[in-house]
Amino acid sequence: MEKIARQMIAALPFARALGMQLDEIEHGRAVISMPYDERLVGEPRTGVIHGGAVSALMDTCSGAAVMARTDGPGVTATIDLRIDYMRPARPGDRIRCEAFCYHTTRSVAFVRATATDEDTDRPVATAVGAFTFDKKDPTS
Amino acid sequence: MNAKRPEPVQVIKERRDRALNVLVHGVPYINFLGIRFDRKGDELTAVMPYAERHIGNPVLPALHGGATASFLEVTAIIGLGWSILWEEIEQGEVDPAAISPESIPRLPKTIDFTVDFLRTGLPRDAYARARVNRSGRRYASVHVEAWQDNRERMFAQATGHFLMPPRG
Repeated sequence: MEKIARQMIAALPFARALGMQLDEIEHGRAVISMPYDERLVGEPRTGVIHGGAVSALMDTCSGAAVMARTDGPGVTATIDLRIDYMRPARPGDRIRCEAFCYHTTRSVAFVRATATDEDTDRPVATAVGAFTFDKKDPTS
Repeated sequence: MNAKRPEPVQVIKERRDRALNVLVHGVPYINFLGIRFDRKGDELTAVMPYAERHIGNPVLPALHGGATASFLEVTAIIGLGWSILWEEIEQGEVDPAAISPESIPRLPKTIDFTVDFLRTGLPRDAYARARVNRSGRRYASVHVEAWQDNRERMFAQATGHFLMPPRG
């Protein structure tokens, strides 16, 4: 699953443009990271990455966690995503996002995600989202 | 008889466009996404021209949710930053001629941002407008709507809270 998932992330043009890399994937959990890139800066005076780029990483990682559910169809779309920004990411640091799909119904998957930089004790951002889901019928 | 004549329209326009330009083009991520802003008076419309690298699902194809979320967040921050700058210029607190890439006005910081994905983002140009619903001394609440071919059919909307930049 890991190899296919890694290739799949690499095949998404926007994920590739931001340099995203799939680090870990398992049932309902994904880790994706993104290198520091000056093109993604939102505040030129400080060199801090734009919140929108962090959102893109968290959306991709959350979606990957849903796709990695073994009881789902392997595809999903974001219904909604809320991101809370705790602090600016440190310029120069790689940003890593870990997402868990912690609950699914027949048609919805619920996810939470955390993004950190190299100071892993203090989150940069957290996210919660709802994604489309289509649970496999265990009786069929 | 000595009443000051209003400035020629071209002078006013150029001054405002210059200020907006400095605000927008100082941000590398906005250039990376190719987003530009059309201005009519104080109203801004953000435009994200279609680019192959904005695609998330190459099979459909559809815009990446992250590209859409970024577009909305950029629109919200510039919309709010512009409303602050506009006020400062009109009240004479900021001299637009003195605004340079080195002294660009500070932008608001995102506290939280919630994106509602209503429809698939099509492989076409996207447009968005921000509405500042509340702009206090410290906090602001901004709503953004994005559409493509048809203004009445939003494909995404978002609400965000922002920390206002320190004044002066």
